Amino acid sequence: MIGIIDYGRGNISSVETALNKGGFENITTDNHDILRKCDGLILPGVGAFKDGMKDLEKRGLIPIIEEAVKSGKPLLGICLGLHLLFEFGEENGVSAGLGILEGRVERLTTSFKIPHIGWNDLKIINPSPILDGIEDGDDFYFVHSYQAHPVDKSIIIATCDYGLEVVAVVSKENVFGVQFHPEKSSINGMILIQNFGKLVSKWS
Amino acid sequence: MLKKRIIPCLDVRDGRVVKGINFVDIKDAGDPVELAKFYDQEGADELIFLDITASHEKRDTMIEVVKQTAKQVFIPFTVGGGIKSIDDMRNILRAGADKVSINTPAILNKKLITEGAKIFGSQCIVVAIDAKKNENGNYEAYINGGRVNTGLEVISWAKEVEACGAGEILLTSMDCDGTKDGYDLELTRLVSEAVSIPVIASGGVGNLEHLYEGLVEGKAQAALAASIFHYGTYSIREGKQYLIDKGVDIRW
Repeated sequence: MIGIIDYGRGNISSVETALNKGGFENITTDNHDILRKCDGLILPGVGAFKDGMKDLEKRGLIPIIEEAVKSGKPLLGICLGLHLLFEFGEENGVSAGLGILEGRVERLTTSFKIPHIGWNDLKIINPSPILDGIEDGDDFYFVHSYQAHPVDKSIIIATCDYGLEVVAVVSKENVFGVQFHPEKSSINGMILIQNFGKLVSKWS
Repeated sequence: MLKKRIIPCLDVRDGRVVKGINFVDIKDAGDPVELAKFYDQEGADELIFLDITASHEKRDTMIEVVKQTAKQVFIPFTVGGGIKSIDDMRNILRAGADKVSINTPAILNKKLITEGAKIFGSQCIVVAIDAKKNENGNYEAYINGGRVNTGLEVISWAKEVEACGAGEILLTSMDCDGTKDGYDLELTRLVSEAVSIPVIASGGVGNLEHLYEGLVEGKAQAALAASIFHYGTYSIREGKQYLIDKGVDIRW
């Protein structure tokens, strides 16, 4: 069972739909006991960093995520969910994140249009099971104005080019994060969702 | 690199697609969900539904269309038409749309952009601008489906829209719409250069060269088209191949 962490952030039903299509049992909830029993967690979300952390805190979800990471359960952060994995976010002032990964989240510094909206292709830097079947140059759908800057560059699995190097996929042990929206990235997105589902099945 | 986007737009009235469409592979050509699925498979980068339902009572049919589309289509889609309040936005987004597009209500009440962006995120809020050139050669923004001239100068309105927190601008040339003579490239370029948010060009596409012009000369980030795809004049794939051959970065 995959738990989609519900912390009141935006349209997360599409993540559920994508998991259903992949044939993976899932539940969208903020219930601590249910999330503890899940074999893998997805932290989705769009919106602002600070508000996202506040909502996680309000629902008491921070220890649940930390426990999951320690237990070795696969965790996937999507977009804002990826950002929140880091130590600090600089959206509407500096605020603390989950600190599961070292680094900070900053506004994109590019001469191109912001938000970075649309399909961009991945440059795969390091191998990871989350990208099984995905090739260098495959396109995914991005929508964001901020990006993660990991301290440890070796956790960067893939980047994309938007006038600057955008961190697109990170992975450290059982923790995965994607800047793009796999649930909106057509066939390539489904492959990634399947990969995460397989990692969860393997762990459970 | 970021790819330029090709976006088919579907006009929906009372839950049915309005413009005559006839594809062999589609069982029910009037069903917006079937058509959305078809365009997804064809390689469309996004979709826009424009709800032109006249009566308020039948608006709920659009919510059902959005729900069904979200279940079956795995590319982003926007819904425009009839969205007047934060509650309307919430209903459409909750039903599974990725973005909402607003025009008249945005001009009448700018707070709707600001509030919408604050609550749902800028990336959800597309502001549609219907532009028409006046006698002095300036562009003015129209509302109420092009019936009312607000007298607002388009470039400054576009900048204001950006400042209010909109994530994208859907720019339609009323002069070109329906002509099949191509986008208003001057208008598109002026707006695209004036704002730092993405601009979707709309109105006037009659052939594939027009898509190229809008994206390259007009500097738009995305090209919207309706009839050339709906009537099967060109497929999305043909359009994309044409653009790739001309060196435009396009997702295949």
